[in-house]
Amino acid sequence: MLLRVLGAIPTLLLVIALTFLMVHAAPGGPFDAERALPPDVEANIQRAYHLDEPLPRQFVRYVSGLLHGDLGPSYRLRDFTVSELIGDAFPLSMKLGALAMVLAIVVGVSAGTMAALRQGSYLDRWIMAFSMTGISVPVFVVAPVLVLLFAVKLQWLPVGWSSTTGVSRLVLPVITLALPQIAYIARLTRASMIDVLARDFVRTARAQGLGMFTVIRLHALKPALLPVLSYMGPAIAAILTGSVVVEEVFGIPGLGQAFIGGALNRDYTLVLGIVVFYATLIVMLNLVVDVLYGVIDPRVRNR
Amino acid sequence: MNKILLVLLLLCGIAFSGCSANAPDAGTVLQRGIPTDPESLDQHKARSTQALEVLRDIGEGLIGYSRTGELVPAAAARWDVSDDGLTYTFYLRPDARWSNGDPVIAEHFVFGMRRLVAPETAAFYANILDALANAPEIVAGERKPETLGAEAIDDLTLVIRLTRPTPYILALFTHPSTFPLHPAVIKEHGDSFARPGNQLANGAFVLDAWVPGSVIALRRNEHYWDNSETALDGVNYHIVVQDSAELNRYRAGELHITSTVPTESFAQHKEHFGNELRIAPYLGLYYYGFNLTKPPFKDNLALRKALSMAVDRELLAEKIVGRGEAPAFSWVPPGVSNYEPTVLGFAALSREERNKLARSLYKEAGYSKEKPLRVELRYNTSDFNRKVAVAIQSMWREVLGFNATLINEEFQVLLANMRQAEVTQVFRSAWIGDYDDAHSFLSVLRAGSAANTPRYASDDYEALMQRAAEQADASRRALYLEEAERVMLADHPIIPLYFYVSKHLVSPRVSGWGDNVLDYHYSHHLSLSATD
Repeated sequence: MLLRVLGAIPTLLLVIALTFLMVHAAPGGPFDAERALPPDVEANIQRAYHLDEPLPRQFVRYVSGLLHGDLGPSYRLRDFTVSELIGDAFPLSMKLGALAMVLAIVVGVSAGTMAALRQGSYLDRWIMAFSMTGISVPVFVVAPVLVLLFAVKLQWLPVGWSSTTGVSRLVLPVITLALPQIAYIARLTRASMIDVLARDFVRTARAQGLGMFTVIRLHALKPALLPVLSYMGPAIAAILTGSVVVEEVFGIPGLGQAFIGGALNRDYTLVLGIVVFYATLIVMLNLVVDVLYGVIDPRVRNR
Repeated sequence: MNKILLVLLLLCGIAFSGCSANAPDAGTVLQRGIPTDPESLDQHKARSTQALEVLRDIGEGLIGYSRTGELVPAAAARWDVSDDGLTYTFYLRPDARWSNGDPVIAEHFVFGMRRLVAPETAAFYANILDALANAPEIVAGERKPETLGAEAIDDLTLVIRLTRPTPYILALFTHPSTFPLHPAVIKEHGDSFARPGNQLANGAFVLDAWVPGSVIALRRNEHYWDNSETALDGVNYHIVVQDSAELNRYRAGELHITSTVPTESFAQHKEHFGNELRIAPYLGLYYYGFNLTKPPFKDNLALRKALSMAVDRELLAEKIVGRGEAPAFSWVPPGVSNYEPTVLGFAALSREERNKLARSLYKEAGYSKEKPLRVELRYNTSDFNRKVAVAIQSMWREVLGFNATLINEEFQVLLANMRQAEVTQVFRSAWIGDYDDAHSFLSVLRAGSAANTPRYASDDYEALMQRAAEQADASRRALYLEEAERVMLADHPIIPLYFYVSKHLVSPRVSGWGDNVLDYHYSHHLSLSATD
């Protein structure tokens, strides 16, 4: 176990080194602007942020800061540290993603089951047509359309994140984020549910006089959900990447927006900080999964 | 099954945990849009227009602007100028207060200005006070900040000593980087003095909260000397990156003032919004620069002139840009105070005459249909810049018969290329004036200027700019500056394309809005009527 934890350290270091090189290799610097700075002023700024030092020295400075838990100051938002920015942004992104995931599973599974039960009916066709649209129309199209309809025309919901503090501001972003996943999960559920419903044990249960709802709840749902469960991984990835667009469109100050802004403005420390954060998160999640496997499957434990 | 429920519950738990709630503001709160976060609300680390805009609400300089852009007394009630134009004495308002109730005294201005020029502050605008005694030497680290030509005679008297007559110096004292600073707040909070809760304001509003990427909330400064004239209880600056999103928020009534209006379907917006759309001339120029250090444009005046002449600026401004922008035939925009911009010699000619001349110059430069010019035109990636570049490419093709290669680059990449002046040939750029004076534009193209991206160098130009700098008499100075512009334009280091306009949507509920060339709109001047 300890070996595994130690093994993660070189991986992290490698990720940091590569990202460090890549952000510094990108042309331009964090303080370049249309209004170019006079040489004296520029030199003072470079010195203040240690950008005048050779790269290896900057790298060592960064990593030693990191070891003390210091991700450094943001170059672009100079009143904030990177840790503060991530600390503010990540909970929001996570909340958004979690809500979208819940919505996607609940709605997707229900719709898929209904479609499977009424296979070939109008309801089935409608659900499938809707889910086809949900899969094929990209987020950056869905989002503005939803905004135009529900926020600008009908004015039921706010357009912008910062215009209200209520729950209403979550509605459109979460729906936008969940929509493609709802669609995908509905299709998955329908296909596997149809398959399961045709199995012998379902027929037996029905023959014993159980109602359809009970059969599904007690017998059919569990095997039918297996493909959905294995889709969870890709779904989480899709929601993470989708949130970048959604955050941009709805003006949500989440991690995706911070990352894009940081990259475009050559905010070296912010980009590095977010990469380090994500890398650590993924490495840790992998560790947790490994540990959990051990708990579930004793054969793994003592290897 | 239960496991799945458990996972769902867990996700719900994450979703509803940490619901932060900053209560919505009570009273009249103005909702304004800005395109990005300010890089800082430390007046010495700020530089973008949006940062300065917020800072003008929080702080107050010696001098301010009226709604329509005239200089008016602010923290200074009045001032004297010595006969040689080298010494300014400012008499501060005795009733000026910080948001904690402390009086604003001359020493605070001196403290702020010294911090501005001190090398370790690393201020973006460190050179804005270059005209003050010893300022350039302090920025360069050769003298101590204490030697700066700013002195507090007593609590209410501030003396500024200049090394050269600088008629626009008053305008500089409206700039947030020259605002006063309370030494106590720096002592207590160090570099994080500008954060919500730490910052002391001497302007009409105090910084209440700042959620990066979302909103900056200001509330009324009860201690502001002119508080009785402040109509708003607060101002929220919403950070809205996309202009289409900003438009939607305005249409939904969430914003009262937008920072811009999308270019797409502008004609429709104009019709739809009527008086709510405010378009005004703005001190900014969109131009193409030539790299004068490399062929084909180095030492090739005829070619540069041909390319500039072949551009149909009227068509560009009206049909391609189309938001009320004026075609540009000069470097200094019209509307700059005490100045009559000189225009390019060919401005008076007709389109046909210009084309004919352009063709003969092109030939003179050694190019023809058989041997066309091969040139790259670089611009920073945006649909709008592309539209302009395509239009100009086709104008050159039509008039001169060569096909320019369009290269779009990410902004930071283009900036780096412009600085190095290695690969650039023709490049898109722009300049926005910092203050209402021709110097704000003409100084850009001087030899030592970092913003001189074409690398223009002319002894005549330098000599005229130097003479203007030594001239105390405003109208004589203007003559030198105008002559300098004439000399520079005749060298064609740049192709001026069009002058910017400011474009805002302003809700009918907002009153006190005044159009001005600087596009400054102090929230202190604005008020908001109840919902209609």
